[in-house]
Amino acid sequence: MNEDLKKTLLNPIFKGNPITVLVLGICSSLAVTVQLKGACVMALSVIIVTGLSSLVVSLLRNSIPNRVRIIVQLVVVAMMVILVDQVLKAYAYAIDKQLSVYIGLIITNCIVMGRIEAFALGNKPIPSLLDGLANGAGYGMILIIVAFFRELLGSGTLFGFRVLPESYVPNNLVILPPMALILLGCIVWVQRSIQKDLQEK
Amino acid sequence: MEYISLFVKSIFVDNMIFAYFLGMCSYLAVSKNVKTANGLGIAVIFVLLCTLPLNYLLNKFVLQPGALSWLGESFKDVDLSFLSFILFIAVIAAFVQIVEMVVEKFLPSLYSSLGIFLPLIAVNCAILGGSLFMQQREFLNVGEAATYAIGSGIGWWLAIVALAAIREKMAYSKVPAPLKGLGITFMVVGLMGMAFMTFMGISL
Repeated sequence: MNEDLKKTLLNPIFKGNPITVLVLGICSSLAVTVQLKGACVMALSVIIVTGLSSLVVSLLRNSIPNRVRIIVQLVVVAMMVILVDQVLKAYAYAIDKQLSVYIGLIITNCIVMGRIEAFALGNKPIPSLLDGLANGAGYGMILIIVAFFRELLGSGTLFGFRVLPESYVPNNLVILPPMALILLGCIVWVQRSIQKDLQEK
Repeated sequence: MEYISLFVKSIFVDNMIFAYFLGMCSYLAVSKNVKTANGLGIAVIFVLLCTLPLNYLLNKFVLQPGALSWLGESFKDVDLSFLSFILFIAVIAAFVQIVEMVVEKFLPSLYSSLGIFLPLIAVNCAILGGSLFMQQREFLNVGEAATYAIGSGIGWWLAIVALAAIREKMAYSKVPAPLKGLGITFMVVGLMGMAFMTFMGISL
């Protein structure tokens, strides 16, 4: 049992990473990676939403009729997202404004729905909670890696503090949206060179 | 004139894919050949065009601060905007369900060609994203909301058909093994995004 839990927890971080391997949840992720701060808040929000909604759906799994399950799941997820959004609005209004619609878009983030469909509907609450948290963390990790490079190269700062010397000329291309995709392509490239079994024929 | 400007802007400048990364999941998964990409693109245009004006009315008459004043004086200060996520997604999910049932009953041939795409659209970020952007931009009337909807739908369709065409050709080229499939697709989308950025300078 303990081995299983450990596997549930570690697998999504690298080997079964939701973004680079399962290709889920890229939608709302890349626009928030211009700065590390926004990316961290987004990662944290997604971890909370995936964890809690997996837990709730798993608790309800025996009483949800199969035919209307999508709508029930959407309502659970939307409720969690509203909670996160209201907390952010109350305690971190500036960041909430910066993330704009992307917090709301966590509802349609495929990771949340994907894990509920694939895992939480058929498993007990505690493993479901861990699975949700771990998938959120795997997602957040990629987000933070991309944001790290974009903020470092694009404005020479990390978390708003200057890291590179004043003489560094910021590369404005990195801040623009297309560069996020190319960086993500590079991450996939690195990961698949290490794990040869993931390569596509 | 403003309608034309909004229309062109939402297709090229504020393109759902290249400027906001919306609807990326199905964009990457369903862009392997042009025919299915085309089907999904058209379905997205249709659903956007129907749900966005609906959500606009909902936002204007139910959700906005003070929107309920048509019910009477005592409702003037009611602010339901925190409910917008849940209502928008409910409208979208319900609408998709209804469309699916209608199409299945009356147009079985279209239903079989769209197949799994119709239910998938309910969780396509481009649809919910459209509604959330609509709420943020405060359009003046339903006409503007509908123009924005059809423009961003066409932008999405254009992007997915273009990527599918490139991927069909790319099957014949030599790509480094670790980059094959997902990796190179990300990069191609990035390069297409750079091409689309040339439209940013246009002011209408």
